[in-house]
Amino acid sequence: MSASQQSVGVALERRAFARPRLRLSPRVVSWLQVGPLGIILVAFFALPTLLFLVVSFYDYDRTGIYPAFILDNYRDLLTTPATMRVYVSSLKFAFIVWGITLFLGFNIAYFLVFHVRSSLVRTVLFLLCAIPFWTSGLIRTIAWIPFLGRNGAFNQTLMELHLIEEPLEFLLFSDFAVVITYVHLFTLLMVGPIANSLSKIDPALLEAARDAGASRWRTMVDVVIPLSKTGIALGSILVFTQVMGDFFVVKQMSGGQSASIVSALATEIQAMQYPPASASAMILVLFVALLVGGMMRIVDVRKELVR
Amino acid sequence: MMGAIGTRSRDPREKRPWTFYALASLCGLFLLFLYGPMLVVYLLSFQGPNGGVTFPMVGFSLTWFRDIFEPGQMANIPVAFGRSLALAGVVSLLTIVISVAAGLGFRRPFPGSGVIFYLAVASLVMPSLLVGFGVGLGFQFFDWQPDLFTSALAAQLTWTLPFGLFAMFAVFNRFNRSYEEAATDLGASAWQRLVHVTLPILLPGIIGVGLGAFTLSYDEFARTTLVIGTRNTLPLEIYALVSSSSSPTLFAIGTLTTAVSFLVIGVAITVILRMQRRRAANAQRS
Repeated sequence: MSASQQSVGVALERRAFARPRLRLSPRVVSWLQVGPLGIILVAFFALPTLLFLVVSFYDYDRTGIYPAFILDNYRDLLTTPATMRVYVSSLKFAFIVWGITLFLGFNIAYFLVFHVRSSLVRTVLFLLCAIPFWTSGLIRTIAWIPFLGRNGAFNQTLMELHLIEEPLEFLLFSDFAVVITYVHLFTLLMVGPIANSLSKIDPALLEAARDAGASRWRTMVDVVIPLSKTGIALGSILVFTQVMGDFFVVKQMSGGQSASIVSALATEIQAMQYPPASASAMILVLFVALLVGGMMRIVDVRKELVR
Repeated sequence: MMGAIGTRSRDPREKRPWTFYALASLCGLFLLFLYGPMLVVYLLSFQGPNGGVTFPMVGFSLTWFRDIFEPGQMANIPVAFGRSLALAGVVSLLTIVISVAAGLGFRRPFPGSGVIFYLAVASLVMPSLLVGFGVGLGFQFFDWQPDLFTSALAAQLTWTLPFGLFAMFAVFNRFNRSYEEAATDLGASAWQRLVHVTLPILLPGIIGVGLGAFTLSYDEFARTTLVIGTRNTLPLEIYALVSSSSSPTLFAIGTLTTAVSFLVIGVAITVILRMQRRRAANAQRS
């Protein structure tokens, strides 16, 4: 008899003396259970977002902000060439990083789930991938500085191997450094959801595909990828939104060559220019919502998750 | 996320295909990429007293670790560290309770479930600095003072709760409902079924959720920075240090926080393994 069965047995004896209780309908029970989550999300996420919307129409000057309904904040924002530039640059980073992390994440997850035979080795490998995630992201970002710098570990190694004569300059404080840091920070966000999806696939399906004469490539395209699309979508959403919402990496690693959407916004917040900052926030929120909404139209994440 | 790993046995005599070796090398290279810069940080944190933030190492010392604990020398790291631990503890506890409850609620269809689901998705993907900005604006609107366990806690929950909810979906997906049906057939009430059957079976997953929420909170920077008030958490102190100075002290902090993370993970994994072993032993006895 297992522990849970024993406790059910004990529970049964107690039940004999229990009085009949108030019965709630299942719907009410669900509401009570989900209620705290709903209240917190409404109070600290939905209402503040509404507040942006309201404040984004306010007027402001150097001394304060004034309730109004003007569209100047949006007009200023959308007519500044800097806005376009920063969105294009962030999108560029987002697409590059998405491509790299998807490739790495899918292959690593596939390797862990289907190729590693011992479950101990699999757990150890998975933990090895996850452990750096437990170090502060700020420190993981600046960790690249002594590694990529002019006299950094990477350049020194290459010079000692006589692969290069002069230290490579493009490694640090460049777009290259930004992409490297993002990939370092976010690949795990791809591995996790994809591994979760892949581990639900019955290996018999793959054998069946092989027995039916499908090549490795066809099995991958026709069986594995369609069955793991929820994980791919979730990972993509996470990586994409992390890059679009980044505030530290571009600032620290690009050497001032490019700005991110949020770091431009943070400058306005620090200057207490809340109305233009709110307008900029609203545009970013809309943009991210459209992106995520688009991805969720392609893959019905909800149907797969809530069962 | 450990729950993501299923167990799968196959004939060990089967020959490895070439893809195995290709993917194994990719995995190895990725691990090298993952750990390379981290090792540099760990190494440089033991830099000699006259050394700088890059190679070469000038001797070997614990100077930079001592620096962390010297009050007045720089931002008060130990105090900020204590605050971060306290906040992360509260965040993970709340996340466990609220997301387990919500996960249970989502197992049956109820009106409004779609709204809550998409609210959680939106909250998860919201650019993090904006969450802090919004909560901060709200506090200003009511003329409340932002602080560690009010506004900062709230801003962090908008991130850990959706994470907890999605993790609970994954946990419940793997849960075999026939245990619950068996309990009901044996006459257990809904509450008894929950406390004696469902929660004990899900416990490893629930610990995983708590651990995840803890680390999300412990590292959180962008959501917290605008709503922290006057009592900084560790990531905020680190941020101040990154922008103001460059000394190996930062690396020493990195090494130290990694050591703490290892400790927390180690304890959690030991607990989970013990639990599984005890369960296996119980199952064998019966």
